[in-house]
Amino acid sequence: MWRVALSALLSHWRRAPLQLINLLLGLALATALWSGVQAINAEARASYDRAAALLGQNRFAQLVPRDGQRVDQSVFVDLRRAGWLVSPVLEGRIRHAGDWIRVLGIDPVSAPAGLAPASTASPEAFAGFFTPPGLAFAAPETVAALSDATGLPRVEPAEGLLPGVLIMDIGIAQELLGASDMISRLVLWPRQPEFRTPLEAVAPQLVEKAPQGQADVARLTDSFHLNLTAFGFLAFAVGLFIVHGTIGLAFEQRRVMFRTLRALGLPLRGLIVLLAVEVLLLALVAGVVGVALGYVIAAALLPDVAATLGGLYGAEVSGSLSLRPVWWGGGLAMSVLGAAVAAGQSLWRLARLPLLAPAQPRAWARASGTGMAVQTGLAALLGLVALGLAQWGGGLIAGFAMLGALLLGAALSLPGVLSALLGMAERGARGVLAGWFWADTRQQVPGLSLALMALLLALAANVGVSTMVGSFRLTFTGWLDQRLASELYVTARNGPEAARLRAFLEPRSDAVLPIWNVTGALMGAPGQVYGVADHPTYRDHWPLLQAAPDVWDRVATGNAALINEQLARREGLAPGDSVTLPGGTALSIAGIYSDYGNPQGQAMIAVDRLAALYPDVPRLRFAVRLPPAQVPGLIRALTTDFGLPRDNLTDQATIKAFSLGVFEQTFAVTAALNVLTMAVAGLAMLTSLLTLAGMRVPQLAPVWALGLTRARLARLELARAVMLAALTMVLAIPVGLLLAWALLAVVNVAAFGWRLPMHLFPLDWLWLGGLSLMAAGLAAAWPAFRLARMAPADLLKVFANER
Amino acid sequence: MLLDVCRVEKSYGAGPEAVKVLNGVSFAMQAGESMALTGESGSGKSTLLHLCAGLDRADAGQVVLLGQELAGLDDAARAGLRRRHVGLVFQQFNLIPSLDVAANLSFQARLAGRDDAGWSAALTERLGLTSLMHRYPEQLSGGQQQRVAIGRALAGRPEVILADEPTGNLDEATGDAVMDLMLELVRETGAGLLMVTHSERLAARLSRRLHLSSGRVS
Amino acid sequence: MNVRLIALLICLAGAAFAQGFAGLGTTSDGFATPQRGHALQFPADHGAHPDYRIEWWYLTANLTGADGRDYGVQWTLFRSALAPEGGTGWRTPQIWMGHAGLTTPDRHFVGERLARGGIGQAGVTAQPFEAWIDDWRMAGTGDAALSELTLRATGMEFAFDLSLLAEGPLVLQGDAGYSVKSAGGQASYYYSQPGYAVTGELTLPEGKMPVTGQAWLDREWSSQPLAADQDGWDWVSLHFDSGDKLMGFQLRDTRGGAYTSGTWSGAAGDVVPFDDGQLTMTPLDSAQVAGRKLPIRWRLELPARGLDIQIAAQNRNAWMGTLFPYWEGPVGITGSHTGRGYLEMTGYQ
Repeated sequence: MWRVALSALLSHWRRAPLQLINLLLGLALATALWSGVQAINAEARASYDRAAALLGQNRFAQLVPRDGQRVDQSVFVDLRRAGWLVSPVLEGRIRHAGDWIRVLGIDPVSAPAGLAPASTASPEAFAGFFTPPGLAFAAPETVAALSDATGLPRVEPAEGLLPGVLIMDIGIAQELLGASDMISRLVLWPRQPEFRTPLEAVAPQLVEKAPQGQADVARLTDSFHLNLTAFGFLAFAVGLFIVHGTIGLAFEQRRVMFRTLRALGLPLRGLIVLLAVEVLLLALVAGVVGVALGYVIAAALLPDVAATLGGLYGAEVSGSLSLRPVWWGGGLAMSVLGAAVAAGQSLWRLARLPLLAPAQPRAWARASGTGMAVQTGLAALLGLVALGLAQWGGGLIAGFAMLGALLLGAALSLPGVLSALLGMAERGARGVLAGWFWADTRQQVPGLSLALMALLLALAANVGVSTMVGSFRLTFTGWLDQRLASELYVTARNGPEAARLRAFLEPRSDAVLPIWNVTGALMGAPGQVYGVADHPTYRDHWPLLQAAPDVWDRVATGNAALINEQLARREGLAPGDSVTLPGGTALSIAGIYSDYGNPQGQAMIAVDRLAALYPDVPRLRFAVRLPPAQVPGLIRALTTDFGLPRDNLTDQATIKAFSLGVFEQTFAVTAALNVLTMAVAGLAMLTSLLTLAGMRVPQLAPVWALGLTRARLARLELARAVMLAALTMVLAIPVGLLLAWALLAVVNVAAFGWRLPMHLFPLDWLWLGGLSLMAAGLAAAWPAFRLARMAPADLLKVFANER
Repeated sequence: MLLDVCRVEKSYGAGPEAVKVLNGVSFAMQAGESMALTGESGSGKSTLLHLCAGLDRADAGQVVLLGQELAGLDDAARAGLRRRHVGLVFQQFNLIPSLDVAANLSFQARLAGRDDAGWSAALTERLGLTSLMHRYPEQLSGGQQQRVAIGRALAGRPEVILADEPTGNLDEATGDAVMDLMLELVRETGAGLLMVTHSERLAARLSRRLHLSSGRVS
Repeated sequence: MNVRLIALLICLAGAAFAQGFAGLGTTSDGFATPQRGHALQFPADHGAHPDYRIEWWYLTANLTGADGRDYGVQWTLFRSALAPEGGTGWRTPQIWMGHAGLTTPDRHFVGERLARGGIGQAGVTAQPFEAWIDDWRMAGTGDAALSELTLRATGMEFAFDLSLLAEGPLVLQGDAGYSVKSAGGQASYYYSQPGYAVTGELTLPEGKMPVTGQAWLDREWSSQPLAADQDGWDWVSLHFDSGDKLMGFQLRDTRGGAYTSGTWSGAAGDVVPFDDGQLTMTPLDSAQVAGRKLPIRWRLELPARGLDIQIAAQNRNAWMGTLFPYWEGPVGITGSHTGRGYLEMTGYQ
């Protein structure tokens, strides 16, 4: 009985292959976007974990210098001789072929077990590891990238290392980094002897830092991943609209069959189980396809994501994707869950269906007015929630929740709003045909509403995101022009060379401005302190958001600091407050500047004060002012006469291009997801129209019989779809602008720490509008074409007794 | 002559499985004439009616409606002819579901530009639809729907009325009432009526009768 | 002794089990080798000899606490050279390893430290004498070189601070400090201070414990002290109640044979070395310790001295679970002579 019943149920899909494709495709696409995003997140998180596990930072506490600077290695010996079990680490960067390589120098002999990569502790490798030229370990891709590097130890591949990291003996690293006898920090063994001298008595310049379960970078990038997840979820929701619609239709169309099966003795519970099994099977098939597609999407997007995370946060993320259960399992689960949500309502209705209920398919497209009222009420409620969150919510989660409520509310309100607008059009219509057109369109709204809601979501997201990105781009390019005022940026390889370089540059330029900085804890989180010379370059150009009077004079005295917007927002600081620099010096804040693209806090103080506070600050970088026409000549002089490697010179144009590149990459993924969401929405439109086409015949046949040609009806059908898309687009614009506002004023502030002015781009809307009309037109073209070519006999069947 | 049907043939399907439904049907209908078209189920009554309305094309033979040879007209011209001069009533699904009764009633007349407010009001009154004007088709009973369909067919005072078992879905009493009304209106407007029916009783009330059998009329 | 060759040679640990314990059986290309007839120079030879592959400063003490119980203390600093050539700073090719053991009748504490030479974390200076790794330290008082020492080590939950005063002269082992380790002629430089009087304090989890007792210091350096077929050894340093001292060892070979050697240091100042075969060491009882079977009671016979004694571990669990693990702990002596001492056993699988 079960097999017979199941095959009867499944025969529906044979007769309606389009519905089946619709269902599978909708679910697969939704799953694909979701699992693709999750795959990217999982890969990035795995990289962070590896970064956190690098040198055991996730398991070992550390002693770090309070001021963030390197300290003499005698501290290590002093601590050891005072009974502390510690191991020194030297960290630095070298440049190779335009990329920075992170160098980690370790002492495997004093290191606690599990700190160094296993291969460095292999006894055979030991002597070679210490003894010049030494032996370094790196991820295989980094080994390959360094194959032509000179001046490095022999590099061997090691498993589990992050790309761009080079691990070597501390002695070798000191020489490579020009940091003789210096160390960056000390790793604490997990167990320490009970009898040891207190830290303050041995090394007061150090402070203990607890093991970090997650690297700093994971905290920084949380917002980025939340962003991706939000878009993944949006895409999933859009896909789910399709699935819900299709499953609902498939259930409605099989009501006759359900009744017959039950009349023939299949128990209701059995029927429900069979249908649930059917949905589960379909969900699994779609889930597998979706996960496979998700892999493709993730693999295509991952390089961009990796570049973004590298450029924006300095987080090294492997560019290759691995199949992790966390996302493919999650993808399958989402597929099943989505199908269950979509089928739940239908199954519930079926469970309550009396055996002899009218089997005539309920006019599925004719949702009751109360349904729409409930939906509109829900939309209003969500609108209130969004408003409340905007007013009283705080933080990123609240920001995204607000976005979610806003979008979902807008989507749910769409059928009601469209219906009201079309009703007004109907009442205002002059001609009988126009009246019918509006009335008939209004009647189509419930049937098309899921597709239209999907379209609204996609369009609003598109408008919102492109407005946000566009606003950001405008602000960012203007800011770059201000911020990168100097024509040339040079970096010396070491201290003595820096002094010679400065002497070399001074007679050949208008000004040589030091760009020296130290990194360290700024008000409790990682940050940098920059030194700034008192020069018109800054006075005239630096992008200040808020400033006390005589801001630059006050900074020049050395007693005041400028801080970036991120730090100001994070700590709630304003001019007049004071900021604590690494090492504990507190300065009053003279102004706040915008600092886009940098997730960390930053402060600027007079360069002389910087040098006084941090005597060991590397004094290697300079900005050079000179007439632009002389830049190429100076670059030539520096490379040929002075002998500075070309890699150590950056002109303004290059650095701008690089910054813009990072910027574009940051939003490349968002844009790609946007396009994919649009595609899903377009598909929803197409499949909805195709499935509705069959149900349209009885509605159109009387009109045809009364004297309208099929061709004319087809044109009207096409116009109807385009008109609905146009209305949806018009409604999407304000929703999108609200979304953009939320992104700029709430999400960006929470995620990145900066707030941007909003700019409007009506031309983009036109373009997007055109695109959506075209999509709707294309989606409607095939059903319309079929209508125009439909045999009269098929139309006449509607009226005939022989149906 | 309103309608002249001459040696009309029509098959469904193709090749060896083709079924010839009409095999040389000829008849003519004059103004004011009311004709019943009877026959077994599947004898081709509806098909013949559809051919007369220009809803479908004959394989052979001629259908001349109001002096126009339908085979020679394109889709648009046939639709125009239908719109302006033909009133159609089917057994079911006559009405446009998105329009209310008032709009349905006046739809064709307005489409054809033959709307006459006075006549429409009288018609509505006669059909007993006055209280139903703002209802939608799904809210009407079968008899009410058919009354609306008949009202719509007559609203534009068409020269030819083609009805396909208009009372087939109705109980006898309601069917008789609808029939009385239709005949009365046909007489008043002077239109020709061709009505498919399998009811001897109804057929007897019309002025002429065509019986369709084996693809021919007798 | 000597053969407390533990460890070192971390760099060759992989080969250790193929070629003798802890890599001590490998060849010594490039390193200096001990020569018979070479006269040791003091205090210079108290310091490090970086041109030899391995070296140690090895002290064991048999102590009695204020509570009347027996305690044992071991303090060792090993030096292992990765290469014979020198270098400075981090490039210095020397690895230092410290082992500390504290044995009570019912517990055994172990500490281990590793360090690289050249940066000050570990090292040995001859004058004034100081041997250190991290906060562990063995240092001469003033100019006293080895005759008056302070000794300190800390572990996770123990520490000891001892003062040592030599009661007799240094003893040069073997042939004036040239100690042969196999029939094939492998040898080391080896001298000892077998008799220190000790006072000091142990720090135990329960609290501090004042102690007094005797200690024995061994100094040895070489480049290849084991033959390739020797896979472990049993070594003792014994303080007899008569005031006589005995150092003895056997190097076990893979064929089941042994090479034995020893030195009798009489209370009267007479020092007599014994050649292979004169001392016999016979295991009596074995116990399961740290997953392997170890002889924790021995019979020692030295007919030339009328010696026939049994030695038994005071705490059979004196297992040194260090990078290169071995057994080392205090023993009591019964039989023809009585007293106490230290036993070391390596190479038991």
